[in-house]
Amino acid sequence: MRIKPVMGILLRQYYLIRGSPVRSLPMFAWVGIDIVVWGFITRYLNSMAAGRFNYVPSLLGAVLMWDFFTRIMQGVTTAFLEDVWSRNFLNLFATPLTIAEYILGLVITSVGTSAVGLAVMLVLATAVFGLSFFSLGALLVPFLLVLFGFGIALGILASALVLRLGPASEWLVWPLPALLSPFVGVFYPLATLPRWMQDVGHLLPPSYVFEGMRTLLAGRPFSGGNLAIGAAISALDIVLAGYFFSQVFRYAIRTGLLARYSAESAA
Amino acid sequence: MYAQDNSTSEQVALSVSSLCKTYSEVVAVEQVSFEVHRREVVGLLGPNGAGKTTTINMILGVLSPTAGSVRIGGIDLARQRARALAHANFSAVYASLPGNLTVAQNLHFFGLIYGISDLGHRVGELLRQFDLERLRDTKCGLLSSGEQTRVALAKAVINRPGLLLLDEPTASLDPAAAQTIRARIRSLALETGCGILWTSHNMYEVEEVCDRVLFLSHGRILLEGDPRRLPRAHGAATLEELFIRLAREPLAEPLERAG
Repeated sequence: MRIKPVMGILLRQYYLIRGSPVRSLPMFAWVGIDIVVWGFITRYLNSMAAGRFNYVPSLLGAVLMWDFFTRIMQGVTTAFLEDVWSRNFLNLFATPLTIAEYILGLVITSVGTSAVGLAVMLVLATAVFGLSFFSLGALLVPFLLVLFGFGIALGILASALVLRLGPASEWLVWPLPALLSPFVGVFYPLATLPRWMQDVGHLLPPSYVFEGMRTLLAGRPFSGGNLAIGAAISALDIVLAGYFFSQVFRYAIRTGLLARYSAESAA
Repeated sequence: MYAQDNSTSEQVALSVSSLCKTYSEVVAVEQVSFEVHRREVVGLLGPNGAGKTTTINMILGVLSPTAGSVRIGGIDLARQRARALAHANFSAVYASLPGNLTVAQNLHFFGLIYGISDLGHRVGELLRQFDLERLRDTKCGLLSSGEQTRVALAKAVINRPGLLLLDEPTASLDPAAAQTIRARIRSLALETGCGILWTSHNMYEVEEVCDRVLFLSHGRILLEGDPRRLPRAHGAATLEELFIRLAREPLAEPLERAG
């Protein structure tokens, strides 16, 4: 794998974000608004609970982690969609660029854009609403890494779907995180769900993160093994999503789909 | 131009052998074989739907052939895609560069994708060579057709390719701009030693620029030869007359050579 083509993908995204407020604003605006809304909701719930339960870490912490995951996924997908929107596939894939280099470029781009969102959310949640991740301790890092891994996998899967189904299918992939959220128990234990939904939830890495987070906050013994399962599924999902993308790419080359994607711009 | 019988592997920029592309029952390209030599400009001619763009897409690696092989600078595209494509580049009227990046940004972006060393210097060189210095910070989407063609050509030579594919590079240009671009491309072949495969519907242009032409119809090569000698050899007054005749009544024999 060569580093320069990966840098090329990164540089392109940097140029686009630098010159466009409509691209830079969503990196932090929507997650910031989410934290503010949920921050006031938790403040209200705390006043109702009258000190019997602190909703800030369990609710606001969950919102922050979920938003981080969705930003990671959307970071990959948005960088990919830039090539869809600018009809750039022919220019891009008639070069020595490999699929691995391209995907790595998308992933690093997403790391950069999501880090901005995460920083804004952390500042708002801690400074304004008193969220402290000290209660999670060093486990915050593996929690975020599992969510990061699954966000990357979902972003690659969403990009492959858009490549396979056409530009209009971007409307199909944006709500993917919302589609998964009922199954992963962002705000409630998996035990709340019917059996079949729990089974689906156990296949999704965020479930292990949110279950683990609630366990820690409740002061119950935390199982590192469960988090390891979540990390392993996350890693497997990245491999599977990468394989799926490469298969879709091969299909697009075999059927002429890739060339037609570009040809639409001539219309 | 290199004579065909003197060709060696070093002189062959592109070798296409028995290339076929079939979609279900439809045969888009059938048993197409040809070579493009270094410093040679080869015209790929044919009516709409003849298989020119399909052939070019297969050479660019964005469409896989059903059968046959493509070798760029002697490197098999199917086996060593990235290595083969590092020696090629292209410009096509239907593949404009991202309009939301400036001229200089596009050149930097594609320069990195091609792994160019000393990229800042190379971009500056191309901006001068293609009269783009005053447009370097203009977004490509705001450029005129002629300016966009110059940027696309600058991107197409950024990696100093051994093979340059040009799909109707002058299609949207006025005659004066088209003449300038033709002269520039012609001199590129001579100065850099690259081989050029050129498609065009402008027969005047083809006669002016191409050393050799291939007539493609219904996915097959019908004729091959010197564009200045082919018409007379086939009883036509001009290349355009020959083109029209071939487009309306394809020859029975799949391949003839003349000139």
